[in-house]
Amino acid sequence: MLTYTIRRLVLAVPTLLFISFAIFMLLQLAPGDPMAQVPLTVPPEVKQQMREALGLGEPPLVQYWKWLVQVFWIEPQVFIDWVTRESWLLGWLPDTQLYQNELRVISWQTRSPVMDIVIQRLPQTMWVVGLAYVVGVLIALPIGVYSAYRQYSVFDQAGTFVTMIGFSIPPFFTGPLLIVIFSVSLGWFPSIYDTTHVVNDWASFKVQLQQMVMPVMVLALQTTAQISRYMRASMLDNLGADYVRTARAKGLSEAVVVTIHVLRNSMIPVVTVIALGVPAIFGGAIITENVFKVNGIGQLLITALFANDLPMVMTLTFIFAFLIVMFNLIADVLYGVLDPRIRYD
Amino acid sequence: MTEPVPASPVAIDALADEGPLEPPRSQWVDVWQQFTRHKGAMMGGAFLVFITLAVLVGPWILTLDPQTLDIRNKDLRPIYTIIWDGSAKVSWAHPFGTDNLGRDQLAQMIAGGRASMAVGWAAMVLSLLIGTAVGVVAGYFKRLDGILMRLTDLFLSLPILPLLLVAVTLFRQPLRANFGPEGGMFILIVTVIGLTSWMPTARIVRGDILALKEREFILAARSIGTTSGKIIRRHLLPNVLSPIMVSATLGLATAIITESALSFLGVGFPSDYPTWGKMLADAVPRMVDFPERVMLPGIAISLTVLSVNYLGDGLRDALDPRIRGR
Repeated sequence: MLTYTIRRLVLAVPTLLFISFAIFMLLQLAPGDPMAQVPLTVPPEVKQQMREALGLGEPPLVQYWKWLVQVFWIEPQVFIDWVTRESWLLGWLPDTQLYQNELRVISWQTRSPVMDIVIQRLPQTMWVVGLAYVVGVLIALPIGVYSAYRQYSVFDQAGTFVTMIGFSIPPFFTGPLLIVIFSVSLGWFPSIYDTTHVVNDWASFKVQLQQMVMPVMVLALQTTAQISRYMRASMLDNLGADYVRTARAKGLSEAVVVTIHVLRNSMIPVVTVIALGVPAIFGGAIITENVFKVNGIGQLLITALFANDLPMVMTLTFIFAFLIVMFNLIADVLYGVLDPRIRYD
Repeated sequence: MTEPVPASPVAIDALADEGPLEPPRSQWVDVWQQFTRHKGAMMGGAFLVFITLAVLVGPWILTLDPQTLDIRNKDLRPIYTIIWDGSAKVSWAHPFGTDNLGRDQLAQMIAGGRASMAVGWAAMVLSLLIGTAVGVVAGYFKRLDGILMRLTDLFLSLPILPLLLVAVTLFRQPLRANFGPEGGMFILIVTVIGLTSWMPTARIVRGDILALKEREFILAARSIGTTSGKIIRRHLLPNVLSPIMVSATLGLATAIITESALSFLGVGFPSDYPTWGKMLADAVPRMVDFPERVMLPGIAISLTVLSVNYLGDGLRDALDPRIRGR
């Protein structure tokens, strides 16, 4: 298992390198000039110098290499410095001072390091997306278990119908729908997510909860639909197994049979599906963030795209790819850990 | 001389050759019968046919150009609003109402459905072609299997929606210049959706081909000297048709949703070219006053995708010989 994990980790490196190279080349192929917004009165040679100041004068391969160095070598240094200097977890360690003012990945829009902006935006996305995922999973699991236990019952049929709807209604429709119903007609929740809101007492906490309900619900609907399907299928596979009959035959109560014997075994594939779904929900969050005006990383990607801010787009897309590769790996390893019959060696 | 013995009209009963009660049935009759038993799939199929016909022949019946501006009749409500609001501004000439520039909503819905369905079908066909080709080649030729499957894994770990956004925003201009605003966008969207959604099909087809190619009938075909190309075309492809059909329905649903999502985010078709996703996005700022402009395209997208999903569900059951006949 350990060798398998290590081998997968090593294999992930060329995969990520290739993906980043593909994204970089895609961006290189694209037309579009960061100097397009500069007034026409600026002479062309000055524009050329401005381009070179942004690092555009070098051949593409050199640019790619520099981006790699900045992301994989300089940014970790900055991060380690920050961890040892300011974070409450490891702040007691001596300041490492690895970062010696080398050039970091600079956004063309704001001329500030891309990673700083990403770190600013990340909490909003994590709160909304992460909470949505947890809520979705918590709703989905009992639904899946019960609809498998009572297969073809009314509950199961209704569950199937609701999951089909969850699959079919896109988030850019559920979002406005919820806004019309709950914030316009009923006035329960605000339609815009206010990221400047500070939680410091009970009232502000309630406001925070209220503004999170709708985006979380939109994202959770999709999660619930998928995971309850998997849970149901996995439970159905196990409910008919011989060991379940044995368990019943030796007189165990139904609750014990279902929750201990069947549920534990059924959770194995579901856990990997849950791990695999994490990066996908980040992708779906792009639309939800757009609907509810959450200024997370999805919204950052869209504004960067429209502003032709290639370093930002490159880094963000790479972060998404990194998440996918990592969670694929986590899912595979988890599967092996949870199910001892599976050994990848 | 002798009289021929008349053939006995009554044979011994026990030896009477009872023919089969009914003629042998082809596989597709079985599939169809199983399919008709799935209520959701039948309804889904019927709705899909309805919406396809509506967007195909609709423009001949409702000969109103969706782009005609009729500023005197702007902001009309749909005709059904009159049920609960007698003072609503409605007109029988515009059953679904008009938008803020007086364009007829029904005509826009039909034109938008045309665009959405065209993109959906074209992208689905493209992704099926790529997926099937990759799957068959990877499954049949052992030497290419490793490379092609690594490629599939690689594509699966690409962040699809961000990449789609990147590709569409960045390549909009040159394609528009070459193929016109609508044609260029159509080609671009279909290509990027097709290129990023073929992987599940390839995996499923490869798995099936790997199992099929060890069967006796393939060995028999090879032993009489059938070339690889003919084995694939005559013996393998017909046998993997059912998983391909199922993934086709899923692909259609994903393609429609992806196109609408791109339009919703404002990177889809040009602004005067309606699609369901773009109508929805355009209507969101004024959805408090005119909720129907969000609801109608949203319901159209959702119902189409729902019907396609149910259709796929039914097809999967009907094409699976283990479930069929039970």
